[in-house]
Parts: sequence; structure tokens; C-alpha cells
Amino acid sequence: MDTDHSLSEATLAARVALSGVERAPGAAKQDAILNASGIRREFGGIIAVDVKHVEIQRGSITALIGPNGAGKTTLFNLLTGFDKPNTGSWTFNEKSMENVAPHKTASLGMVRTFQLTKSLTKLSVIENMRLGATDQKGEKWWNGLFGRVWKAQEASITERAEELLNRFKLGHMRDEYAGALSGGQRKLLEMARALMTNPTLVMLDEPMAGVNPALKQSLNEHIRGLRDQGMTVLFVEHDMDMVHDVSDWVIVMAEGRIIAEGTPDDISKNPAVIDAYLGTHQGQSLLEDE
Amino acid sequence: MDWSLIIENSIKGFIGINAVYFAIAAIGLNVQFGFTGLLNFGQAGFMACGAYGLGMTAHYFGISMWWGIPIGIAFSVVLGFLMGIPTLRLRADYLAIVTIAAAEIIRLVVRSVKFKTYFGGSDGINGFSDSFRNIGDNIGIVQANQYGIWPLRFTGRELWTLVVGWIVVAVVAYFVYLLMKSPWGRVLKAIREDEDAVRSLGKSVFSYKMQSLILGGAIGTMSGMIFALDRGSVQPDNYSRDVTFYILTALVLGGVAKVSGSIVGPMIFWGIFTFMDNFLRQVAKDPIHLGNFTIMKSTQVGQLNYMLIGLTLILLMVYRPQGVFGNRKEMAFDGH
Repeated sequence: MDTDHSLSEATLAARVALSGVERAPGAAKQDAILNASGIRREFGGIIAVDVKHVEIQRGSITALIGPNGAGKTTLFNLLTGFDKPNTGSWTFNEKSMENVAPHKTASLGMVRTFQLTKSLTKLSVIENMRLGATDQKGEKWWNGLFGRVWKAQEASITERAEELLNRFKLGHMRDEYAGALSGGQRKLLEMARALMTNPTLVMLDEPMAGVNPALKQSLNEHIRGLRDQGMTVLFVEHDMDMVHDVSDWVIVMAEGRIIAEGTPDDISKNPAVIDAYLGTHQGQSLLEDE
Repeated sequence: MDWSLIIENSIKGFIGINAVYFAIAAIGLNVQFGFTGLLNFGQAGFMACGAYGLGMTAHYFGISMWWGIPIGIAFSVVLGFLMGIPTLRLRADYLAIVTIAAAEIIRLVVRSVKFKTYFGGSDGINGFSDSFRNIGDNIGIVQANQYGIWPLRFTGRELWTLVVGWIVVAVVAYFVYLLMKSPWGRVLKAIREDEDAVRSLGKSVFSYKMQSLILGGAIGTMSGMIFALDRGSVQPDNYSRDVTFYILTALVLGGVAKVSGSIVGPMIFWGIFTFMDNFLRQVAKDPIHLGNFTIMKSTQVGQLNYMLIGLTLILLMVYRPQGVFGNRKEMAFDGH
């Protein structure tokens, strides 16, 4: 794995930390940033998510994969407060996150993106970015009236936003409406906007969906970059090349449960995973097949 | 046909008190609908809060009318919470249903016989605006005098409310303009686009929607106050559903999500409305007969006028959907 580029220090650290971890669903990690137990969500009679236990290693890139309908996005929604589980408890940085409103999770350092991009099309790209910054004085209406209260903060936010835009190669689109961006650029904008919240855990829901192959490589680089800056990344993805390429650890879900965990290489050889995807033993590696 | 009268009245319609109170209410509605995407169909209810705030202070509480301003605003804040708490967590359409119902409940309660001692029933409350009129007299705009030359002629009574009214429009418009340029306004606009995105970035969408509903409502309350001061009376049926929808119409005409649109829209609305009304009345005064068929009767003026207003709006929506001041480029991204 990772033969085509040298490993960064952060990558090595993450892989060392994960090397001793048991290759089994719900395995305990050395230093878990997210720790969830007994998460169960039913929609009518259907059990969408039934996760006994899961931990996410701090400073790692963890991929969450599984066939359609496995409950990956639902688990995302539950962990970020956008949906409430029937039962279950989970902590983020040792803080219980039950009954925490979705907008509070972001200020605690846990930010997410969406499967269908949510760029605010009638706002300019730079306004999208500025919106991401937390603790803005001018977001209180009584302060909003007085430019001198928030203008200085706004200037530093804009500076940070421009840096991020340049990093994501969107600098030239700064003053365009977000609606004028291509699908791939919107994905980038959403990711960059999420970073404006200064997160410690970034949760990306299908970052590669609808992104052209040329852009995928640079998106991979961006995701590695996040981890190199000390963030933890958890992402849902169907693109197996990408999973193999960037992730340190893979968690596989099927029918709401976690059925396997391990390094990308372990997972590609795991018969339970191949079963889940293809229904029967096909006798060949899923990841190589992709 | 008396063209000088038609022109004079049309200009009065364009900048008159109707345009003023519509403009204030439209600025408030624009905060909610244009900037935040909240479907408030009960702006008339907020206006009634202001009007009855003034009326009740004098009539029922028996204190100076000026206390009615904070009391009216307090009414509208309470109304905003009552409407917002149950609905702002739900989909947009629920707020629409609740606001239209709440405004009607207010109208029916204040006009009911049961509460006549408090609200004056269907007669409303009259004769409380003397302290407002006296100020006008004292600063030299005497009620009974005539001011101006054709086509701008007003009585002192009209002129004084117009001066105060347009000052309120300017102050409120500047206030909203500043807010919408601020990060606070940016959050509102983002909520209009996609609530979940805003939530994922750590903003309490519910709280911002509540602030927007109450701010827009409080501005609507001021509109009700200006209207009540102009008439010197409060009548429940001035705050019925159609008022809200005419204000919404005027707002769309001017262009939503633009402060200037919410001022110019009502001016154009009342300008055209008054012009058509006066013009058709002049036509009906000297009706054209085709055999037994009379082209225009005076009783048909009202109906025809509303039909033509409707037609104007349809044409506007077809050829200029963004309104007079709206941004065409912004409209282009409607489909996401």
C-alpha cells in the first residue's frame, strides 16, 4: 500500500498506532477520538443501524464502506446529531454527545459534509467560506449593526478563507456564486467550508461522488493533508481505489451492523466483506477487482 | 376626463400613506421571506399588534398613547414566539399555515363582542392620536392648512403623517440594510438556501429563524402603528388576510431579498392601483354606450381594477420574475 508516494510522519504514526489493533468488528483503539456503543436506529420495522461498538483512532484516516443501504449515512447522521438513535451512547473527545444539537457538534470540533453537496448556491464562494467560521461576533444581530465590532474579525476570517480557497484551487472563483461551480468544485468548496470551523474530526460523506478522475487525485491529497495537519478523518466512500489509496483503517458495514474492521489490505482479503458486497464467495479480492 | 386629478391622485398614491405603511410592512416581511425564506402569511397579525398596542394603551390602560409603542412591540414579540416555537423546527409550510391562522385568530378575537371592552369590537378604537397630531401642529405643520402646489398638494394632517412615515421607512430600511450586510444577515441568507448546511457549520438555525421572525414582525408592528396614527383609529378588518397578500404582492413586485425592492414595490403597487382606480372612475363618469351595452359602470371599477392588477402581476412574473430590483443572476441558480 502507498507505494507511489512516500509516507508522511502522520501517516506512519497512524499506521503504527493501528498495527496492534485486533482485526475484528468493534476493536478497541489506542487513542479513540470517537467511541460509540449500542447505537441502534429503527425506521418503522427496519433496523437501519445496529452498531454494538465502534472506535475511531485519533489522527487516522478511517474509511466506512459497505453496500448501498448498509446504514453508513444514517450512522453519520446519528453521530452528528442530525438524527436521534433509539438507543445508544457515544462520546467525542471523552464528552458524551447524546442529545447534543447538531449545531453544537460543529463547535465542539466535529464537522461533516453531505452526500448531496450543500453549497449555498445564491451566496458567493467567499461568503460560503466565511459562513463556516465559528464564534463570529457579527453573527449576533445587535453586533451586526456596528461594523467596527466585527470588521476586524471578518478581515482575518476572509484571509483564512482565501488561503483555504487557494489550497483547494478555488481562489479564482472567489467572487462567483457557488451555483456557478461544477459538481466537483462544489465538493471541494464544501470540504473547504467545513475546515473553516477548525475541526478536529472531519466526517466526509462520499467525497468522491460526482468528481471527475482528474480531480480525485487532488482530493486524495487534500484528505491526506487534513490528517497531516493533525485532524482525524472519517469518510464514507464507494470508490475502492480511493479507500485503498488514502485510508489507514477500514470499517465495513452491512445491513446496519459492522461486519469487519482492518487495514485496507486485510479488508480486501476478508471473505465476510466479499460476501456482503457480492452475496456469494467470488474467490477474488474485491479491492483488486475495482 | 380630468387628467389633472388623475395625475395628482396617482402621485399621492405613489408616495402616500398607503405606500408608507405597506413599505414598512414589506421591509419586515422581506427579512422573513426574502432573506430567511420563512413563509409568514400573518404579517397583518403583527400589524394589528402595533395598532392595538397604541389603541389599547389610550383606551383601556388609560396611559399616554406613547407607551403603546413599546407595548405594541412587546405584543409582536410574544406573537412571534407563539408562532415560532411550535413551527420553526418543522418544514417551511407549517409556519405558513400557523401564521395565516394566528393572524385570523387575532382579527376575530379583537372584533368579537365578548372582548368589546378591551378591543372595541368591530368598531375598533377611535380618537387616540391627538398627542401625535399636536406635535405636528406644534412644529408648524398645521392640520387644517394646505401645503404644496399641484401636483403635490397635501393637507397638514396628511403631510405630518407622511413626514413621520417616510422617516420611519428610512430608519427601518437602513437598519435592515446594515443587518443584511453583516455576518448575521449572511447566516439568514444561508438558512434560506439550506438549513442543514448551516446547522453542520455550527449555527443554531432555530434561534436565527426566531430572531428573523420576531424582527420582521416587530417591523410589521411599526407599520400597523403608522397606519393607526394616520387613521386615528384601529379597525379589526384593516388587518385581514388580504392585507398580508397585497403586501407580499408589492414585495415581489419590487424584488425580494433587496431592501430597495421592499420600498419601491409598494410605491409602484399603490401608484398603479390609484392610477387605474382614478382613470376607470373617470371613464365610468362619462360611460360609452354600444347599443344597450355600457362599457364601464362605476360599480365595476373596483372589480376591473383588481383584475388588471392581477394581470400586471402575471405579466411581471413571466417577463421579470426577479421583480423590479431583484437580481436575475441570483434567480438563475434556483434549481440548485
